[in-house]
Amino acid sequence: MWAFINKLRSPKWFYAISARLQPWFWALAAILIVTGTVWGLAFAPADYQQGNSFRIIYVHVPAAFLAQSIFVSMAVAGFVFMVWKIKVADMAATVMAPLGAAMTFVSLFSGAVWGVPTWGTWWMWDARLTSMLILLFLYLGVIALRGAFSSRDSGSRAASVLAMVGVINIPIIKYSVEWWYTLHQPATFTVTGRAAMPTEMWVPLLIMVLGFYSFFIALTLMRTRNEILRRESNKRWVRELAQET
Amino acid sequence: MMAFNSIAEFIAMGGHAPYVWSSWGVTLFCIVALAWHARFERRQLMNSLKRRERRERAREQQNAVPTSFQSVVERGQHDT
Repeated sequence: MWAFINKLRSPKWFYAISARLQPWFWALAAILIVTGTVWGLAFAPADYQQGNSFRIIYVHVPAAFLAQSIFVSMAVAGFVFMVWKIKVADMAATVMAPLGAAMTFVSLFSGAVWGVPTWGTWWMWDARLTSMLILLFLYLGVIALRGAFSSRDSGSRAASVLAMVGVINIPIIKYSVEWWYTLHQPATFTVTGRAAMPTEMWVPLLIMVLGFYSFFIALTLMRTRNEILRRESNKRWVRELAQET
Repeated sequence: MMAFNSIAEFIAMGGHAPYVWSSWGVTLFCIVALAWHARFERRQLMNSLKRRERRERAREQQNAVPTSFQSVVERGQHDT
């Protein structure tokens, strides 16, 4: 166990192992997202109440899932960095933030657009909508805080702390639809019990969700590798790598 | 079985075209842009690392020239 953790500490080891994992996640992401897009847009039946505007669910829900999962991942990476001083964890947290912010923006945007034909309004200070907006600000705060220090280590620590504190917003987002049921509908997927949709509607949704998660893993691996090259550029193994290719 | 009978019907999305296509457009644009940016970032980093290696190797060679040049000069002086 400790040998494994010590390996994880080494950016060189991470660089090598991620090179082998990366192509699989890119391929998986591409296959799942293309399949889910074709299925969700052209083959899934229209909703009997909402008609075809319901197809927005296939981008809205996966983006919202990722927005929250990425924040939790970022907080966990921040914790790992603070406790065990693992640099790779901080690099992963660094590259996760912009993707999380983008996914939060996508879920807010698609939700607002979807709200116009469905609720008759693009925005309301509903608990779910507000807590998602706070999530976007938290992401932007983490990104800004990281860049606000002249020393990288101070920036990393501050960003880690904000991510760990901000993660309290995630259960608030999750339960907001139950605690304050004003506008947003409750969860489509639940761990226990049946999905609140017919099979031919939720299978493409599941495919899209898995595709988005694969994309998150693939992009994080690739950009963490980039971050390693950037931060470790003076290490001998990186210099040898540049000589080889 | 498709949910639409024609391409035109598919594009119209039962009157919800602006909502459906703008949401999907923004989402897929973000995903493609993020993937493209990661690839661009990698290429730039690799190129700058390689450039630095080439520059350092060139400098090593340049540094090597004056010493040998100097020794030639010294030998030359020695001859006269």
